Amino acid sequence: MAMAAVPNLTPAMPEIFLALAGMVLLMLGVFQNWATSEGSIRVSRMTSNLGVLSLLLALVLVYTVSGSTLVTFEGMFISDAFATYSKVLILVAGMFTLILSQNWLEMQGAHRFEFSILILFATLGMMMMVSANNLMSLYMGLELQSLSLYVLAAFHRDDARSTESGLKYFILGALASGLLLYGMSMVYGFSGSTDFVAIASAIKSGDTIPVGIVIGLVFMMAGLAFKVSAVPFHMWTPDVYEGAPTPVTAFFAVAPKVAALALFMRVMIGPFGDIAAQWQQVVVMIAILSMLLGSFAAIAQTNIKRMMAYSSIGHVGYALIGLAVGNEAGITGVLIYLTIYVFMNIGAFACLMGMRRGGRAVEQISDLSGLAKTHPAMAAGLTVMMFSMAGIPPLAGFFGKLYIFLAAIEAELYTLSVIGVLASVVSAYYYIRVIKVMYFDEPGIESLDTPLPRSVSLVLAFCTALILLFILFPTPVLDAAKVAAASLF
Amino acid sequence: MSNLPILSLLIFLPLAGAGFILTIRGDDEVGKRNARNMALWTSLVTFVLSLYLWFMFDPSTAAFQFEENIKWMPAYNISYHLGVDGISVLFVLLTTLLTPVCILASWNSIKDRVKEYMIAFLILETMMVGMFAALDIMIFYIFFEAVLIPMFLIIGVWGGKRRVYASYKLFLYTLTGSVLMLLAILVMYVQAGTTDIVELMKFRFDPALQNWLWLAFFASFAVKVPMWPVHTWLPDAHVEAPTAGSVILAGVLLKFGGYGFIRFSLPMFPDASVYFTPLIYTLSITAVIYTSLVALVQTDMKKLIAYSSIAHMGFVTAGTFTMTVHGIEGAVYQMLSHGVVSAALFLCVGVIYDRMHTREISAYGGLVHKMPSYALVFMVFMMASVGLPGTGGFVGEFLVLLGAFEANTWVATFLLTGVILGAAYMLYLYRRVVFGALEKEEVKKMLDMTPREWAVFAPLLVLTFWMGIYPASFLDMMHVSVDHLLSQVQVAIEASGSATMAGN
Repeated sequence: MAMAAVPNLTPAMPEIFLALAGMVLLMLGVFQNWATSEGSIRVSRMTSNLGVLSLLLALVLVYTVSGSTLVTFEGMFISDAFATYSKVLILVAGMFTLILSQNWLEMQGAHRFEFSILILFATLGMMMMVSANNLMSLYMGLELQSLSLYVLAAFHRDDARSTESGLKYFILGALASGLLLYGMSMVYGFSGSTDFVAIASAIKSGDTIPVGIVIGLVFMMAGLAFKVSAVPFHMWTPDVYEGAPTPVTAFFAVAPKVAALALFMRVMIGPFGDIAAQWQQVVVMIAILSMLLGSFAAIAQTNIKRMMAYSSIGHVGYALIGLAVGNEAGITGVLIYLTIYVFMNIGAFACLMGMRRGGRAVEQISDLSGLAKTHPAMAAGLTVMMFSMAGIPPLAGFFGKLYIFLAAIEAELYTLSVIGVLASVVSAYYYIRVIKVMYFDEPGIESLDTPLPRSVSLVLAFCTALILLFILFPTPVLDAAKVAAASLF
Repeated sequence: MSNLPILSLLIFLPLAGAGFILTIRGDDEVGKRNARNMALWTSLVTFVLSLYLWFMFDPSTAAFQFEENIKWMPAYNISYHLGVDGISVLFVLLTTLLTPVCILASWNSIKDRVKEYMIAFLILETMMVGMFAALDIMIFYIFFEAVLIPMFLIIGVWGGKRRVYASYKLFLYTLTGSVLMLLAILVMYVQAGTTDIVELMKFRFDPALQNWLWLAFFASFAVKVPMWPVHTWLPDAHVEAPTAGSVILAGVLLKFGGYGFIRFSLPMFPDASVYFTPLIYTLSITAVIYTSLVALVQTDMKKLIAYSSIAHMGFVTAGTFTMTVHGIEGAVYQMLSHGVVSAALFLCVGVIYDRMHTREISAYGGLVHKMPSYALVFMVFMMASVGLPGTGGFVGEFLVLLGAFEANTWVATFLLTGVILGAAYMLYLYRRVVFGALEKEEVKKMLDMTPREWAVFAPLLVLTFWMGIYPASFLDMMHVSVDHLLSQVQVAIEASGSATMAGN
């Protein structure tokens, strides 16, 4: 075999395509005339549309290479059903964010063509994260994602809150990356490899578990918990969510969550699957803390973006129950949960982006008062999202929780389940408060602007239909999630 | 038996009607009238269709009838399974009867957001019928909890001054109970490998586990019934809800708990049911006596009737756990008659509330002089609530007391004091509102009942007398099913060796 044999590129086709597309779009943007105001609108619209198209094509490519487990780049990169499932979610989330963002950015005067390119690169990083089969590729993907997200958080650079949130996110994110790297070096030192398979076999072959591995594992978990914003590493979430431009917050709430949780699952189940007893307790703890903090802290919020931040912390807590269970049923539950979570959040954030008064974006919960009279359709859509997030049947959010708790009960994690369901009752309190403001309160003097941007209404209608009708056709999602989860074991 | 999917029709026809109302354009008078008519006709057609159940039901078998079974989540062995036996068929009929009554009762009193109101009511009907007809515990749970969504909106949007408080309380109380039940359902699923109610009834759960499962179900049903001490959401919800909301709440929603005890707790956890019977007795007796006393001092009519509902439901829970044929039949009968009578009583309050816009008892007096026919109607339902022979209320209470006497004399004695107190507060209410001198100026201007109001009360009047004079037509429907239920409980208890306890 020749020394410089070209590795098999097929499994990474979607990523390669997306990287190229990102660079081509960057060139396209740079060489257009974006100095004038119409020019900048034109260029940002063009890159946004082409960005959506690229993500769509990447989705097609993901579908094309799916079907069997492929490993390439000397075992660094894996494309299995689990990766495919997560990538589909990530790409869909990225696509919807891009569709929703353009109008909002234009109204706020923050439209720049770099936005779409950063989203593309962040998405690329996430896809690499979920396909990582080695600590090195894991870190590369994670950093590509994180660096793009730091910039995105500070994207509205004339806004002090946005720059503050970007800086905050960067500093804390860098700290978390440091923890992760430190943990990875420990694991490497005590197992002798960065390859997931090799780490797993090193752990399996030893009679005792080296202490270094356990310490490294804990550090890695801390870093990953930061990325999924689980308690006690959640402090950045409310501030960053509040400060970042709303489309960026929407993106934060969905795509990186899916990627980081998928990565979390792959790392825990893959290399460290045999020492589940060592990490299970930790995951149980952070799950409980996240659920409780997510439900109680959200009650006091008046800013809807902050509320959504706490809500996302709570949701991560529920998803982590599935990881704590650590078997196929648990992972299946997490994947179903994430799928529904993505669409609920996109729907909710679509509404948030439609919240505008006199052309300016508003983000207080009280700004929604009387929405049922002024914007009945939007109020109905947001109501569906809120009831669904609270987990009330027959909406999709109920089923997300159902499979998670089913897995937990099967694994006899009764205490965790009871705390989980009771926390969901507490969280129902602030979800129904949004509904109360929209339906029971009278409209303020000035109502929100009409009509909604077309992108918002379309995305909201789509997500509402999906959440409402999931009950009729749950099987495709269940089956796909089952297959994806099975590929991890 | 034909293959008509009658239960699915009954469930989804109202939903389809709600969908049609959604397409009605315009918020003007025409739009409102169309919404009202559409809702009324949908619910009437649903009721007429449900009569098919009444006539085609075969009361000679305890098996579930009109069954439908469609695979829903095959990977998890969960199916869309429907069917009714002699107990649930009556509740389905009660639901389909009360919904058009409610819609008719809110014809003029709801002026704001009529379209949404009618949609909420039709969706509510879908959920209620679905809940009674479900034969898969997961389907049951979905309908059971989904009821919260329309109910929360009905109270919160169209309710009185403290509607937000009341709707939150209803939502959170009920949800807390339900989620614990959900965990119990999942445990049952893991143990038995199925969510099919028919299969689960045959499955024997470990007696130690039964206690936990029973408690989790109890958490949910006790809130729904409601049993003392988790009853406090009910007076608030009733007072703040619009008239029709109170009617459906008292008429159907409160029956979820009693139905749940009979459908799940008794047959699936017989050992635990026996074990916890003293607890149920204590809570029921406390409820009957305590809430009756509380009802005596109420100044708000709706609150008084709400407390009387809790007392009546105390009879139901006590009757259910006597585990005798009389007790359980009495409990079911009491639920049905209470469904009709308390619904009618709330409608009675609604009639004068629509004219005076107050529920304070002291604002009325001497109504008999201005509204003689109203006074008559009110009297019939008041007497039915007291349990006068010849009305539906008597049969239920009598059977429950009979069952209680067979099981435990003391329980019967205490329950009887509740009957006396019940007569006291109802007669006292009636005296203050209807009799006395006609002194207040506003009351002097009041007009008697309109033909629409007569139309609302007519079916309930007929039913109250029918249930009181010829109870056999209802008891025969449920008799075989109740017998079968009891035999299941006995077999299960004997099989697990705790037969000695049941003998006492």
